[in-house]
Amino acid sequence: MVQVTSPAFKQNAHRALQDAGLQKALGKAKGAFLQRRAAAVAALPEFERLRDIGRDIKNHTLANLDHYLEVYAANVEKAGGKVHWCSTAEDARRAVLQICRNAGAKTVTKGKSMISEEIGVNDYLEAQGITPVETDLGEYIIQLRKEHPSHIIAPAFHLNREDWEADFRRAHTDLDPNRIFHERRDILTEARSRLRQKFLAADVGITGANFLIAETGSSVIVTNEGNGDLTQTLPRVHIVLASIEKMVPTLEDATNMLRLLARSATGQDFSVYTTFSTGIRREGDLDGPEEYHVILLDNGRSNMIGTEFQEMLRCIRCAACMNHCPVYGAVGGHAYGWVYPGPMGSVLTPSLVGVEKTGHLPNASTFCGKCESVCPVKIPLPKLMRHWREREFERHLTPATIRTNLGLWAWFAKRPSAYRLATRLGIGALSLLARAPWKKNRGAFRRLPLAGGWTQGRDLPAPEPGGTFMARYAKARRQRRT
Amino acid sequence: MHQTRPRVALFVTCLVDLYRPSVGFAAIRLLEAAGCLVEVPAAQTCCGQPAYNSGDRATARDLARRVIDTFLHYDYVVVPSGSCGGQIAHHYPGLFEDDPEYRARAETLAGKTHELVSFLADVIGTAEVTARYEGMVTYHDSCSGLRELGIKAQPRRLLAAVDGLVLKEMEDAEVCCGFGGTFCVKYPDISVRMVSDKVQNIQATGADTLLAGDLGCLLNMAGRLHREGAPVKVRHVAEVLAGMTEEVAPIGEAPAGNGAKA
Repeated sequence: MVQVTSPAFKQNAHRALQDAGLQKALGKAKGAFLQRRAAAVAALPEFERLRDIGRDIKNHTLANLDHYLEVYAANVEKAGGKVHWCSTAEDARRAVLQICRNAGAKTVTKGKSMISEEIGVNDYLEAQGITPVETDLGEYIIQLRKEHPSHIIAPAFHLNREDWEADFRRAHTDLDPNRIFHERRDILTEARSRLRQKFLAADVGITGANFLIAETGSSVIVTNEGNGDLTQTLPRVHIVLASIEKMVPTLEDATNMLRLLARSATGQDFSVYTTFSTGIRREGDLDGPEEYHVILLDNGRSNMIGTEFQEMLRCIRCAACMNHCPVYGAVGGHAYGWVYPGPMGSVLTPSLVGVEKTGHLPNASTFCGKCESVCPVKIPLPKLMRHWREREFERHLTPATIRTNLGLWAWFAKRPSAYRLATRLGIGALSLLARAPWKKNRGAFRRLPLAGGWTQGRDLPAPEPGGTFMARYAKARRQRRT
Repeated sequence: MHQTRPRVALFVTCLVDLYRPSVGFAAIRLLEAAGCLVEVPAAQTCCGQPAYNSGDRATARDLARRVIDTFLHYDYVVVPSGSCGGQIAHHYPGLFEDDPEYRARAETLAGKTHELVSFLADVIGTAEVTARYEGMVTYHDSCSGLRELGIKAQPRRLLAAVDGLVLKEMEDAEVCCGFGGTFCVKYPDISVRMVSDKVQNIQATGADTLLAGDLGCLLNMAGRLHREGAPVKVRHVAEVLAGMTEEVAPIGEAPAGNGAKA
């Protein structure tokens, strides 16, 4: 199970900012995502309209989610599959284990799935003597390093090529020391050669789902490496891990969402592999599993319906918000301290884990609004983060010093005459201090008591001399009259 | 003639009031030159954004009601800040979802509230300014102005009319500078990193002056530029458009001569 380290967000962020390797990786990876998305969006004139369509499809689905879940489940069963309704992570882990045990599984291969991270299924299976093997390239290296993903579509976003090479040389002890790892292709070839026999040996394949389609009972995955297809096609048993909000009503809805997803995520028109899975292998099918299970996870999501956080359930996990977020870009994904980083995580994590532990996340945002502007389903992320701040304030979780300062400031702000007096005095004092004889630059402060947060990395400009605007304006008016 | 002049209330903003009064006077100069009758309601304090963004909705509503009552009867409300302008024009109505009377008033006020430069460019249709500024400037797009109010072309259009001024765009002009209100002191590590990136982009242009339309961002960027010893002058865009740069030293710099001007 992924530990929640969000309470230490500040320390995590501090460490991340000092980590030269991480900073190098963040700088490189980020630019590529931004440029590709921008190019893909520019090449599709109806992209903005498509965002509205995506938002509307998801809103409609969420408004009728109980209906679509029932239709979906019925269609899965009709196609010979089985739906496991799991209200908690524990339920989901147990269901997966039971299926693996029934199949007599020793190893399971896995496609990329954030739900797998959310329920912590790898550690659980391992503790029960079943070996999970991650087959997505990024997930594979993360598993070698015993880490967790730092990004929802690029799990190894925080690593550099040198890290990959070092990990391969460490873990693959029979590796020829003269092997060269210059390019992504070299890394991919090595991982593929190791994974090939695992694919063939696995008894169960576990994948995530980008979408679930109610009208057909299908699950959809997109990958660029084809590992998902091998994971779900070769073993006898296929388990799909999906949360309830992955639902869309129809195949056509799914194709609209796929157009949005690929462009927003990687800047592709379409992912290299897009795979629809419906039930078990039928007579005459060339491939397909003997058993098809869907672990349908709630884990707190249904509690969000009908609240101000319902809009968050539109999220299709494209990662555009974190790719464009200057805070994510500065500290990376691990600093956020749980499964989902970046702006989407700053809204979702408090919903799933509780705001008591994760209060920093919705606060660590400048509300610059870039995330909302690129979100393919138009989730108002800053607004939802602000709602979390409101919940924190109502429940007195906001730090006492902030509450006190805010209260003091509000008292004056509601009383213009007192406010005028206090600000005149305060600014007067600050101006005097700025002109102190020991100061080299009278225009700014290098240090100032109680302003350490500001001055640790920047000077504090001094107020313009001559008093507040309101005082000067009033004086000028009086002079004009006389 | 007199009757046709729009009555414009200037919402000064806390930061301009306390830190940079010249921006307020520049705004008045620009608005009067554009034919407006400018008033500065004495009862104004703050738009309430610090409370709103800290989750203190009750205080945010109290302050919003005061602003609404004070400013509603003017033809326009003009704000020399995209952030405070956005608070009134974009966020106020949402504060009164359960109060139909104030919701309606908030919407009326939102409809007549504009950020200064976009008011001049879009509402009044100002195309010419009489100012002169010898220098190469770069312009930072503040987040709220850009993404809540659509301010991008307007300041550039007006700056193009300033004699002697050359605009050199910086890389990532639309990326946040890391100010974010209380964010900059709650998460100083991250904020300083963001403003350092911004300052790098500013310096890479070779511009001698940085302009923007929001004082919070300007104080943040000026503070970092100073800390790094970068010789870039920092000013609110209104100071340049109003031709006031001879009257007040750049942000964070000591006044020429000795001490205060009245």
